[in-house]
Order: sequence, then structure tokens, then C-alpha cells
Amino acid sequence: MRPLVDIETGIAAVSAEPDLQGALDELLQLSEEVIEHWIVARGDVPTRGKREGFRLLALHRQGATGDPSFNACRETCREIVYHYNMLKMQPDPAETTHRLEMMKMISSHLYLFISGKMQVAELGDFCCSSKPIRLAPDVAPEITKEV
Amino acid sequence: MTTKDKYKKVAYYPGCALEGTGHAYNRSTKAVGKKLGLDLVEVENWNCCGAMEVKNVDPKLQTYLSSRVMSVAANEMNMDVVMAPCNGCYHNLKKAEYDLKNDAESAEVVDGLSKKAGHKTYESGQVETIHALDWIKDAIGEDGLAERVKNSLSGIKVANYYGCMYTRPRHIFPEKDAGPGSESTSKPHFMDDLLAAAGAENVEFPLKTACCGGAHTLSDSDTSTKLVLNILQAAKLAGADVIATECPTCHTGLEMHQIRAEKTLGEKVDIKVLYFTQLLGMALGLKPKKVGVHENISDSMQFLKEKGLT
Repeated sequence: MRPLVDIETGIAAVSAEPDLQGALDELLQLSEEVIEHWIVARGDVPTRGKREGFRLLALHRQGATGDPSFNACRETCREIVYHYNMLKMQPDPAETTHRLEMMKMISSHLYLFISGKMQVAELGDFCCSSKPIRLAPDVAPEITKEV
Repeated sequence: MTTKDKYKKVAYYPGCALEGTGHAYNRSTKAVGKKLGLDLVEVENWNCCGAMEVKNVDPKLQTYLSSRVMSVAANEMNMDVVMAPCNGCYHNLKKAEYDLKNDAESAEVVDGLSKKAGHKTYESGQVETIHALDWIKDAIGEDGLAERVKNSLSGIKVANYYGCMYTRPRHIFPEKDAGPGSESTSKPHFMDDLLAAAGAENVEFPLKTACCGGAHTLSDSDTSTKLVLNILQAAKLAGADVIATECPTCHTGLEMHQIRAEKTLGEKVDIKVLYFTQLLGMALGLKPKKVGVHENISDSMQFLKEKGLT
């Protein structure tokens, strides 16, 4: 697992030349490593398993266990897999560069979302409420307790 | 009564954002409703839905705040549908509905606070909460919209951006993923459908439900800027001229961080950001000012002029 900062530059450096399959595998690997960081930071061991043929999807599921807000990157992971499949199974030389660039942007989004979420884990849950704050005993709700 | 008829007159819950940074969304939603012959009756004396601030500290208080809005609509206005155009409000009302139905403790807290506040307790199922997209899609439909179009959006390539709260978490939206005609939580399409009916060309946009960094805006602006920049660049790469939005938080974030990306990162992305209601309004023949284009942060006037929409 490379350091997060290296993952960011690694995604930017991926190129279709000279080996498209190598580029796709590298981008998928980098995306997996982003989620590995999230899982390790939460004290767990990243799974080696796969879902629907992809470790990335298994890792996402593992990362979302107990933290539903992590599902905010579920479709991002699925789009990475979709673009991987499109580039691998339906190669189209005229479209390859464009599709790979898009896949890089989606991987970048995954990196930005997760690295940002790790920095401000207590604030990163607009969509699904902020568990760390809510569960802290010293900030227990006062108003509803009065009822 | 059919859904189409039911949605012709709904209780309108604009929420706080639509009275502030999202005023153009408020203006354009009302203007489009009027143009389509749909009746919006604003919820009387409405309050904040609890947004993220209250929810983070005390989620049951957020459930109560959202339930009060629905209680007023149901018990004081005798309405059975509440339309919330803001993704945050929409999400919170749906979450409150779910909690009241499935969590006895939440129902008890809401009952206690409602009595203390002196209004009737909202009972799960009294109203149906819908988004502005559901409202237009079901009350008018694509065919009805196409019949009313005066200025086709033809020649405008649109990336439809739904943000993260319109479809998540899935369990609070039981009507989505419910077969043909329903909205999809993984690949939402209602905005795509409506804008296509108005003549726009939707591009394939893989980040349509990706995070815009809204929650990071104050605590870590650089992350928000990078997330938004990535969305803008991906939309551009997909061939879009415009990003269409349906959430005031996402919309403001896209506009503000578009400027910030240019200032702090030197990255300029030439793409317009417009509410879907603004695009629909102009397609229906309304002038840009009528749908609040002048209230947006980014300037789209020259672009709209070139496309014959002014």
C-alpha cells in the first residue's frame, strides 16, 4: 500500500502508452489502495476477497460496514469497474484515450473523497449524519433528553 | 386520484437555502410551476429541516424539526404532498418519515416535543414527500413537457449532477428502484429525462452522484475545491456545456469552488452551472431573469444568448 500522496501522483501518471492493460490494472490497484487506507485507519485488515469479480467492490463493502456514509463513494467504485470493463472488453482505439482519462478522473474522485474524509472524519457525513460526534459521551443530546 | 392529479397542487417547502444562496432555484421552481399550471402552496411558518448541524448533534431533534414541517402541511393545511426542491430538506423529511415509521423511540421523542411546542404530532404516512424532479416528472411528464416547449434546448450538452443526498441512503426512498418508471438510486435519470424532453442532449456523466465536498467546505476548503474541480473537468471531458443541478448546496459549491479553483489552483474550467428548473423555464419560454439566471454566481448570459434562450 503506497502512501496516499503517492497514490494521487500515481493516478495522474497513468498512461495508455505503451501498455493499456497495464495502465488499467495500475489504476484499479491504486483505487484499491485508497480504500485500503480507509480500512486500515479504522483498525481493520483489508479483504483479499472479491465481489462481482473485483476486489475494489469487496473493499468498498468492507469500508462501508458500520459507516453507511461511506456509500457516498459506492457508485464511484462501480464507475471505475465499468470503465475498466469497457476499456478491456470493448477496446475502441478512437475512444481509448478519452475513456482512460475519464477513468482517471473517477479514481481521483475516490482518492479526494476518501482522503478528505479521513482528515475530517467527524465532519464528513452530511449525507448520513456524523457518528463520531453523535457517539461521543460528552456531547450527548440535551434537548431531546428533557422530553 | 392519480399521482398526476395529486401532484397538481402540493405543499411547497423551500427550506432555508432557497431563501439565501439558492434563491435562483426558488424563483425558477415557482416560475416553472406557474408556467406549467401547477399549484404550489408554501408551508405556513415552516422551520429548518435540521440540516446537517442539528442532525450531527442530535438526530432525533432533526427528526422532530422535519416532522413539524410535515405536521403543518398535513394537520393545518390539509395537504397530502410536500414538495421539497432542496436535496438536504428532501432527504431529511424522508429520513424523518422512515424513523417515525420504524423507530419507536424517535416517535416518542417527536410526540413529546410536538406536545411541548403545542402542535399536533405528525403521524407517519400523513403526507408524501417528493422532490421537484418527481413533481414535474409525474404531474406533467416528458410528453406534456415536450408539448409545451417554446425554445428547445437543442444544441445544449448537459451533464446532469444529482449530488449525494437525492438517492442516499437507499432505505429511506422506498419508491425508488421500484421497477419501470421509478427513479434509480445508482443511476438517477429523472433530470436527464426532463431536460431531454426539452431538447437538451445529455452526456454520459459518471460522477452524477459523486460527492461535491459540501460537508468539507468550511473545515477543508481545499478538498472541496479539488472535488468540485474534478467534477467540472469530468463534465467538460464528457462534452458538456452545462452542468444541470437540483440541489442548492451542490449548486453553490460548484459555482464557488469553480471560482476558487481558478484563484487558488490556476485551473479554469469553462462550463456553465444552471439549475434544471432554470433550463426548463427558459425552454418553456421564460426569460433568463424570470428564472433567476442573474442571481447565479457564474455568468451564463453570453452562452444562453448564443443558444437563443435570451
